[in-house]
This record gives sequence, structure tokens and C-alpha cells, in this order.
Amino acid sequence: MKEELFISGRDIPNIDPFLNIWHWEIPVYLYLGGLSAGIMFFAGLFTILDKEKEMETTVKWAPFLVPVALVLGLFALFLDLKHQLFFWRLYTTIRIESPMSWGAWTLMFITPLSMVWAAVYIKELIPGWNWKINIVDQFEEFVKKNMKPLAWAMMGLAIVLGVYTGILLSAFNARPLWNTSILGPLFLVSGLSTGLAAIIWMSKSHFERKVLTKIDIALICVELFLIIHLFMGFLAGSAVSIEAAELFLGGPFTTTFWGGVVILGLIIPAILETLELAGYKVPVWIPSFLVLLGGLLFRFIMVEAGQITRFLY
Amino acid sequence: MRYGMAIDTAKCVGCSDCVVACQTENNVPIGYCRDWIVENVNGSYPNVEIELRSERCNHCENSPCVRCCPTGASHIIDGGIVMVTHNECIGCGACIQSCPYDARYSHPDGYVDKCTFCHHRLEKGQNTACVEVCPTRCLHFGDLDDPYSDVSKALKNRTWKVLAPEAGTKPQLFFLT
Repeated sequence: MKEELFISGRDIPNIDPFLNIWHWEIPVYLYLGGLSAGIMFFAGLFTILDKEKEMETTVKWAPFLVPVALVLGLFALFLDLKHQLFFWRLYTTIRIESPMSWGAWTLMFITPLSMVWAAVYIKELIPGWNWKINIVDQFEEFVKKNMKPLAWAMMGLAIVLGVYTGILLSAFNARPLWNTSILGPLFLVSGLSTGLAAIIWMSKSHFERKVLTKIDIALICVELFLIIHLFMGFLAGSAVSIEAAELFLGGPFTTTFWGGVVILGLIIPAILETLELAGYKVPVWIPSFLVLLGGLLFRFIMVEAGQITRFLY
Repeated sequence: MRYGMAIDTAKCVGCSDCVVACQTENNVPIGYCRDWIVENVNGSYPNVEIELRSERCNHCENSPCVRCCPTGASHIIDGGIVMVTHNECIGCGACIQSCPYDARYSHPDGYVDKCTFCHHRLEKGQNTACVEVCPTRCLHFGDLDDPYSDVSKALKNRTWKVLAPEAGTKPQLFFLT
């Protein structure tokens, strides 16, 4: 028998008996950040490839979701802070070693950028839109002439944002479930996939949907591959890593993770999308909805389960 | 100058005096604590071993909490003490997640709080509150670089361990076994 107890009666809120300091705000933000990164990445990519005409939803309409999602995500982050009046302290310093500092600065650049991108296409979305301010019109002209560099910047920042949502967690060595370098790419791929799902859902063009569906199937395969690698790494790791993996292999998160995230959120949508490509009629919203739901569930599970895992001594 | 603490697990009786002294000295809000006692039971009767440990922030040399802090509120001062500047802390919780010892907590006022090795007392040349009150004198505090300090002398002739060395944090709390 091995037993450990706090005899001083330690029962600190949100820390004992197990850590639960991050609630719904963090997974919601990670989800919205990943989704935004996905949409921005593909909007940038197809602009660079000169496919604005064929991929209209990707380049023009879906990016209108991004500023909304980012602002909501930032608001969730703000709600999570316990010392909210001091949030501006994030922007009085740059801490190279802190992923959260990187993320805060990335968001500082990418949020206005996404707004500029949406503003450029607003005249096409709402015919007769008028800025009524001369300088804004001039700025719009200037941006329109420089869409390519803007697209490159957006694509680059989207990758940083997507990877950051994973690295934010993987930088914590005290939480063995998070402390794996595969989390960065995994969150990026998952974010790109959810972004694509949102675009596919919005798109009315058959050609566009076909192209994006093919990319989405590839991304889902990569994601499954990364998830398998994640668990291979854990099971080949030290005691704390094995313990972390066991939460998902027979532990309390087994059904929700393998059933909800892997089967419902990845495998079934991939099959449905393949069937659709093969010519069967599948309502387009079903695979998209499943991917979006799976992505959200994945982040909730990772944040909650990660906080339970710890070093034992 | 490198502050450290040695805790004699063979002498500790788990009375929690150090916990109460700290709460009083540092105005720790009710329900929270900066130090605590862990009772570790190993084996079953008649082959039982009990280890009692008075634990607190390890003031790690390679402190993950300082590394992940996005504002620099968590920092290391002279003597290797990990401190939190309250009006730079945004309460994001990153340092709480990063601590393998769960030594930090979110103060009801919003900022993150933890053991300071009673820095305000050290400045006046006094010892930490927990060391001062320990009835069995199982806590030894001082400068690890000074061979004649209380802590160095305690470590010299005894075997000791640190908690979760595999976390790579280089803790400055030593448990005499």
C-alpha cells in the first residue's frame, strides 16, 4: 500500500484535490484560435495561388468569421484572467521563453490583420457599402494593391497562431499529458481542419467544395497519424507519461476521446467526405458539423485531462 | 548567495505549526496555504514506513513558473528566491500549471501567490516564520553557498533527496531522510 495525504488539511480552491485552474474559457479560445488560423491560412494560400475567382468563399466570405471568432476568443481569454485590470502588462514586455507572451503578441498583429482582410471584401459582401471617410478609401486602395504580401503575412501568422494553441499547453513540463512536442503540429492540423470544415459548410460552389474536401481528408489522415504518434510516445515514455496515456486507454476519458473525437469527429467525417467525392449524396453540413464538434471536444478533453496529470513523488 | 531549506523528515511530527505560522506571518487568506504537510505512508502493518514532509515552493533554480510567465511578474531575485510582483501578474494561471509541486495558488485578490522564503523577514536579518516556530527544529534554512550556514551543516552529514528531480527544475528544498 502506498498512500499520500495532506495532513495540514490542504484544500486550496481549484488546486486540490487535483488542478482545475483553467475552465471552459481556455478550450473555447484554443478552438476559436485554431479555427481562425485555419480560415486565414487557406484564404492566404488561395490568394497567393491566384484562385480568388474559383475559391470565392475561402478567400472572401469565410474570412468574415475570423475577426468575430478572434474577438470572442480574446474575450474568453480575458474572462479567464484573475487579475483582469492588469491585462495590459502582457504588452509592456516581450518574454521570449513564454509561449503565452508570443501568443499575446501574435494576436495583437493577427486580429487587426483579419479585420483589414474582411474590410477589403466588405464592398462585395454588402453592395453599396460606403466608408464615407476619405482616408479609409485610400487605405483600402493601398491594401488592394498589396494583397499578395498581406496574404503571405496572414498565412505565416496563421501558422504561428495554430501552432501556438498547442505549444501553449506543451510548454508545461509539470503536466505530462501536455508536455509533448507533437501537440503543436497536432493542434495546428486540427485547427486547419476545423477551418476547412467551416469554409466547406459555407461554400456553394461545387468545385470549391471538392478541392477543399480533398484537402480536409488529407488533414484528417495526418491528424489521426499524429494522434497515434502521441500515444506511442506516451506509452514509450516515463511513468508519468504512461499514467497520462492511461486516462485515455481505459481511464475516464476513453469513451469521449476515442468515441467522440476520433470516431465521430475524424473517422466518420473522413468516410462521409470520401463518399461525397465518390458521387454519393451526403448533406454537406454533416461532415463539417462533426469536424467542428470533434475539434471543440478535443480541446475540452485535452485541457481538462492535462490538468489532472502530474508528477508523483 | 543561494537560499535553501533542509527538512528533516525523521524529526518532523506533522504538527502543522509551520503552516499556521506562515498563514499568520504572511496574511494568507483563509482556506489557502503557502506551506503544507504531506504524510506519506508506505507498506502495510507491520512493515509500515511513514514520512512526514513540510513542503512549500522549491524556489527552483530552473524554475518553469518564471519561464512561462508572460509578463515577467514571476522572477528570481538575489539569493535565488522566486518572487511574484503582484501588480504585474495578470492571473493567467500559466505558472500554476507549470509547477510540478502545486506550490502556487490564485489569491482571492486575483494575483498568484506563493512562499517567498519570508523575504521581508530575511531583509531584517530574521529567519523564516516556519523555521522560527518549528518545535522539533526539523527545518534548517540558510545560504547553501556558506558551508557554515544552518542548512549546509544539516545537509553535510545526512542523506537527502529532492522532490521530483526528474522534472528537471533543480529544486532548493532538501528532504533529509
